[in-house]
Amino acid sequence: MAELHNPAIEVGHDTHGHGHDHHHGHDDHGHHELNFIEKYIFSQDHKVIGKQFLFLGMAWAIVGGLFSIFFRLQLAWPEESFPILEWFLGSWAEGGKLSAEFYYALVTMHGTILVFFVLTAGLSGTFSNFLIPLQVGARDMASPFMNMLSFWMFVLSSCVMLFSLFIQTGPASGGWTAYPPLSALPQASLGSGLGMDLWLISIALFIVSVALGGLNYVTTVINMRTKGMDFFRMPLTVWAFFFTAIIGLLSFPVLFGAAILLEFDRLLGTSFFLSDIYVAGEALQHSGGSPILFQHLFWFLGHPEVYIIILPAMGIVSEVMSVHSRKPIFGYKAMVFSILGITILSFIVWAHHMFMSGLNPFVASIFVLFTLLIAVPSAIKVFNWITTLWRGSIRLNPAMLFAIGFVSLFISGGLTGIYLGNSTLDIQLHDTYYVVAHFHIVMGLAAFYGMFAGIYHWFPKMFGRYMNSSMGYVHFYVTLVGSYAIFWPMHYLGMSGVPRRYYDFSVFDQFSQYAELNKFITIAAIIVFAVNILFVFNFFYSIFKGRKVTVLNPYGATTLEWTTPIHPGHGNWVGEIPEVHRWPYDYSINGRDFIPQTEALGAGEVDDHDHGSDLPNVGSAIPGKH
Amino acid sequence: MNTLIGIVAIVLIFVIVFQLAKTSELMGILKGDKEGDTSESTNNTHGFLMMFLMITGLIAVFLGWWLVEDKLLQGNRNFTPASKHGDSINSMFWITSIICGIAFVITQALLFWFSYKYRARKGNKAQHFSHDNKLEIVWTVIPAIVLTILVARGIETWYEITADAPADARIVEVTAQQFNWTVRYPGSDSLLGKREFELISGENSLGIDWNDAKSHDDLMPTEIVLEKNKPVLFKLGAKDVLHSFYLTHFMIKMDCVPGIPTQFWMTPTHSTQEMRDLRGNQEFDYELACAELCGRAHYNMRFIVKVLETEEYNAWLAEQKPFYDAIKATLNPAPAAAPVEGTAPTEATDSTTVTPAIENGSVDTEVESKKNVISSL
Repeated sequence: MAELHNPAIEVGHDTHGHGHDHHHGHDDHGHHELNFIEKYIFSQDHKVIGKQFLFLGMAWAIVGGLFSIFFRLQLAWPEESFPILEWFLGSWAEGGKLSAEFYYALVTMHGTILVFFVLTAGLSGTFSNFLIPLQVGARDMASPFMNMLSFWMFVLSSCVMLFSLFIQTGPASGGWTAYPPLSALPQASLGSGLGMDLWLISIALFIVSVALGGLNYVTTVINMRTKGMDFFRMPLTVWAFFFTAIIGLLSFPVLFGAAILLEFDRLLGTSFFLSDIYVAGEALQHSGGSPILFQHLFWFLGHPEVYIIILPAMGIVSEVMSVHSRKPIFGYKAMVFSILGITILSFIVWAHHMFMSGLNPFVASIFVLFTLLIAVPSAIKVFNWITTLWRGSIRLNPAMLFAIGFVSLFISGGLTGIYLGNSTLDIQLHDTYYVVAHFHIVMGLAAFYGMFAGIYHWFPKMFGRYMNSSMGYVHFYVTLVGSYAIFWPMHYLGMSGVPRRYYDFSVFDQFSQYAELNKFITIAAIIVFAVNILFVFNFFYSIFKGRKVTVLNPYGATTLEWTTPIHPGHGNWVGEIPEVHRWPYDYSINGRDFIPQTEALGAGEVDDHDHGSDLPNVGSAIPGKH
Repeated sequence: MNTLIGIVAIVLIFVIVFQLAKTSELMGILKGDKEGDTSESTNNTHGFLMMFLMITGLIAVFLGWWLVEDKLLQGNRNFTPASKHGDSINSMFWITSIICGIAFVITQALLFWFSYKYRARKGNKAQHFSHDNKLEIVWTVIPAIVLTILVARGIETWYEITADAPADARIVEVTAQQFNWTVRYPGSDSLLGKREFELISGENSLGIDWNDAKSHDDLMPTEIVLEKNKPVLFKLGAKDVLHSFYLTHFMIKMDCVPGIPTQFWMTPTHSTQEMRDLRGNQEFDYELACAELCGRAHYNMRFIVKVLETEEYNAWLAEQKPFYDAIKATLNPAPAAAPVEGTAPTEATDSTTVTPAIENGSVDTEVESKKNVISSL
């Protein structure tokens, strides 16, 4: 570490101006001092934009999380009234009792906010922005201006969605999937009025944001890698962000199309998704459209979307696990190719959301095949993570614990996917709480854990201080136990046939037998929400009061971001961008704890990790035998 | 008040945790904890905690299942599906559960055990172990084989379930709307009369085309009644938005889509009474639920399904009267004007003669009524 500890470059945070303009070197003559607005608000620095995505994502996470607490109160105590709800929601919860209409609006907003604003923008937006240039050795994104636009489109999209919460007919309430005809017919539901228009506009703006960001990520990874940074010398984080951006670029435009067509059906009387409808005492003119078509278009994005959410988390976890186990990630190339495999397969599994929509059974069977196929690269990744721990020297800090928690949740939620991807079992389990349990664990919680791991791990790089680890531990244990306490019992609800999106279970004998369990789930949810508020507190407290970072590379990591100054300025490196000579996983090798990527290869050393076995010579070294 | 106490309690816990956390960070700095690293005692604490969590977690998973087993349908060793194909689904569920259960326990155990065993401490040195092709091939091939088995068996069962209904299957048409279901059975001709959504009105809730003679013997009971051991084909549709026809005990789910007919067939194997005895609950009823979000009362679309023994079923069927008989008198008599155009306006005013012409402009009946008019001349 000492050789990296060069005080000369630590002053980098004091330099200002356009360091990325490396024709000028680092003498910043002719550049004006950036004012507050240019530096922190309309910033073009990828690091600031990354943090902006994180702050806005966190704000949305609190809103989306709070909504889930509101509707969980209804599910746990359907008879009770909660004055606090009326305080928050006004006439939507008159007398403290949530109305059915608004219950569905909350469910819809919870899904939309968490999936798009928190786990897409807040996760991929934050870490792709922050880490790609730092880890590939670039001064900024390919187009810093487009990058800034990407964030402000997200802000705009957020404003529209936020506004829709306050209109008289309420926000969209047809589920985050917005299936027509329900979402197309204002007569059918209050939330399908103005709220739905705003929802569609907000999503369209959001897609513009994703496209602007994604183009930048892809271009930066392809074009702006520093000297020596071959593709196979990129950390898995960058691989994951790269493929995530590609998936986003290819799939989000399809949702854009679907949103526009749906808006046409709503406003202009077209019939893309509508036919043969009699509603509110009137037979509508729409003819020849297909509601199923919307589902195809929606899930053509919707399924890749779950990989947009989970791949960045996978990348982060791979990196965090490797650094804190002091070991290379096991099977680096297998990890890259499994991400590639998942990326390709993610485009041909969408109809597994539609087995019960009246899809042709033969078509369904093909989607069963592809869906279960995707379990193979996923299984490889799990085995590789577990083997990365094997014979490591593991630092159990909050980042690492969340990374381990991620794998645990990914296993739990991934295995239930094997049930749901099988159309035969889906007949019974589709649209029950089993599905709710499955996707909350595998993409909701797991992605959150990846995000937490990333925040705890890179916080020192983001803010030059550490987060308080004791609060981090409390956060981890309560969240882990709480996550399972909330979602594991939901499998049992699903196995009893309880359908999702029910405002009240008491109507049905079969579904009303879990009153106690539903209370238990709600209490666990409140505790987990509270401890995550503690996390948010720790986050902001540590920005200002956390322990200061005094060394460049506190974790002894190999990757480039730790060669930048403690407070890197715009442009990241003072002076030349370092050159890369080796892959990013030289840990515990040649008798050394780690060798940074920037260190030249020694005499006779090859940077080649792909041939034969390098199983250490430690006797019976086959995992599982001991 | 409770809410307030709850919030105050949470805030207090926050303050305590925060103070403790601040203190422990300062202590750590004083003790000389290296930044970015974790001390051996920290690793020990969390290694043990992870091990503890894994063991209690795995126990909780199985204990929890054992505690709720009686309430479950799937995953309950005593569960008897009420339909023939339900048995196939159930056995598929068990096979998948056994395979996934084994994978779950092994991987979770290894994950947490390794976290504990290889925690950083004196005498534990990390080893550079970046890959092993043999090992990786093994754990690629094994899941691939297992999944192939699950896919093959799953698809085989899927094709059995989704195959064409047997020719002797009874037909029951179910139409969903916000927020209830309308049922129609074909009459003695086993054929349902035509429908057109544009004909839907207050009196004609399904938009049945009364000109289609096949509709005249159709039954519209207020409950779904099925015959035990007799295949039944549900023809499904929706009038306004998406709904989903969900019979949990029979393991059926199929969306009802406006404009696109869907269907699902099954053979019920247990009568309602048998299921009551089996479950030891004389209140038990098969329930039809909606499983696709359809608006504000989505959760409130309960409808009773009865399965009867053959004799009881036949008795029930014999009691049912064609819907047409009940409403034909109320049908708009306007088409009765038809004979006015005919040659015998005077007779046409006679109500007894006009009655057949009520059949709303049907070509056949119109001709017939004209014949009547003519013959009465």
